[in-house]
Amino acid sequence: MARAMANEVREGRGAGPNKDYVLLDLTHLEPAVIDAKLPDITEFARTYLGVEPYTEPVPVFPTAHYAMGGIPTNIKAEVLRDNDTVVPGLYAAGECACVSVHGANRLGTNSLLDINVFGKRAGIYAVEYAKDAKFVDVPEDAIAETVKLIEHMRNATGTEKIAVIRKELQDTMDKNAQVYRTEESLNEALDKIKELRKRYEHIQVQDRGMRFNTDLLEAIELGFLLDLAEVLAFTARERRESRGGHFREDYETRDDEKFMVHSMAYKTESDIKIDWKPVTITNYPPMERKY
Amino acid sequence: MSTAVESVKEIAEVPSFQVTLFVRRFDPENDAEPKWQDFDVTVFGTDRVLDALHKIKWELDGSLTFRRSCAHGVCGSDAMRINGRNRLACKTLIKDLDITQPIYVEPIKGLKVEKDLVVDMNPFYQAYRDVKPFLIASDSPTKERIQSPEDRARFDDTTKCILCAACTTSCPVFWTDNQYFGPAAIVNAHRFIFDSRDEAAEVRLDILNDKEGVWRCRTTFNCTEACPRGIEVTKAIAEVKQAVLRGRA
Ligand SMILES: Cc1cc2nc3c(=O)[nH]c(=O)nc-3n(C[C@H](O)[C@H](O)[C@H](O)COP(=O)(O)OP(=O)(O)OC[C@H]3O[C@@H](n4cnc5c(N)ncnc54)[C@H](O)[C@@H]3O)c2cc1C
Ligand code: SF4
Ligand code: FES
Repeated sequence: MARAMANEVREGRGAGPNKDYVLLDLTHLEPAVIDAKLPDITEFARTYLGVEPYTEPVPVFPTAHYAMGGIPTNIKAEVLRDNDTVVPGLYAAGECACVSVHGANRLGTNSLLDINVFGKRAGIYAVEYAKDAKFVDVPEDAIAETVKLIEHMRNATGTEKIAVIRKELQDTMDKNAQVYRTEESLNEALDKIKELRKRYEHIQVQDRGMRFNTDLLEAIELGFLLDLAEVLAFTARERRESRGGHFREDYETRDDEKFMVHSMAYKTESDIKIDWKPVTITNYPPMERKY
Repeated sequence: MSTAVESVKEIAEVPSFQVTLFVRRFDPENDAEPKWQDFDVTVFGTDRVLDALHKIKWELDGSLTFRRSCAHGVCGSDAMRINGRNRLACKTLIKDLDITQPIYVEPIKGLKVEKDLVVDMNPFYQAYRDVKPFLIASDSPTKERIQSPEDRARFDDTTKCILCAACTTSCPVFWTDNQYFGPAAIVNAHRFIFDSRDEAAEVRLDILNDKEGVWRCRTTFNCTEACPRGIEVTKAIAEVKQAVLRGRA
């Protein structure tokens, strides 16, 4: 669906003055059906676009609303350091985690499955672990690194604005790592991220306060966004095939021989190192999607 | 799919205009008293008050502090007083306000201000927790609990609450008496009291029969007017009052 919508716009058949969206026509549905099944989304159309979905088509376009991939875990929600070594006592579940229930594309509503099932499992196994886990010795300076990061940011007096860098990051990811990707577009994204990282070193934080400092929060978050964007673009580039939600125009078909694997990304001093983890297939072998 | 398309009105170039915002500021580390500060921003016809606040924060003054997350009326984090009325900044289109006048933005009333537009929500959440806002049932089911569409409809309205606090902080009773549970907690009690699968209606009705419970409501309808989700808050409170007297109907 997302690909079909993006394709219409790309090939110049989009609607509106900038031809940058498509129209969703619900007018064949009874108002009562619309109210019962789509109350929120139709209210958005009314509030933000001034469009009445009973009688008018609604401008729509795909946007990111889920991050596939994340912190690798096993089915006990235990965080993995590599393909199979558990980090004792650390759990992840939900959108931040990747236990891989979604395969190569999350289907609608399945993120709630992820939260319910693996959130609960994380709780169960964390309790079990805590029962006989011993406190480990914490070094004197355990918080030093975090305090340093926060204090460094809080006092940052550079010239680069948080919102400007973030917008440029959003724009490059939107343009180059969205529904359609190529080696070239992903390289463009990676180059841009590198540039933004340099500029991020000269970030400006205006709020020096110690309480409820959202300026500082946004600055720190931006650093992590840059990390995540880089991992995403990097692993997408290395996966030279198309599969699930990942569509490469330069490699349009699925390549099970090379890429029936999970991408595992490791941060090194200067770069990202990529490794692969085999997919365990049990009852349901992946099949090509045909409609 | 194509019949209606001819009737599409072209969405034309979005006009931009200048507005002045007066924002109530308070920095707990430096200010003894809150003060007003004004900002001029250029906004577009499709912009919400939240966009204007972002423009201030991102372009003019990074220290301006407010909560927001979803930006489309779903998470409930940006309730504030805009021109004297409680609303969500992300759901208030600037063009719908009188833009010939400055727009006044202040924190919601009746809760301690933490910084600028951010208030301490703890008392509000505590009242919510106190009404046990979760399903209480004695059995351990092995499959889902079936409910008829009619039974589900009984409490549909109150499932829509996003805990934004616009209602509770528009209530004159709550302003003078912080112990009052407030409309939002009663709405969320209603959501379970009238749920056919729940077994603890009596417990909740007992809690709300307290001297700080439903009887403090003076039916001023401020809450219903403030609710960005269009919940009939006053009606829900009235139904809970009835249930206290006569049991769940
Ligand atoms: C617009 C949109 C529509 C969606 N629609 C659907 C749908 O229809 N069906 C579906 O299944 N999924 C949908 N999703 C996806 C789904 O909503 C999310 O995957 C899911 O809510 C993630 O839940 P979570 O608990 O893992 O993470 P979150 O809900 O993101 O929770 C993370 C929590 O951590 C807190 N936090 C962050 N940093 C810190 C910190 N440093 N310290 C303490 N707390 C912190 C945050 O405040 C937040 O409360 C949608 C998502 C979006 C954005
Ligand atoms: S009832 Fe309405 S106004 Fe009150 S907290 Fe819920 S959504 Fe907000
Ligand atoms: S930001 Fe979520 S309701 Fe306004």
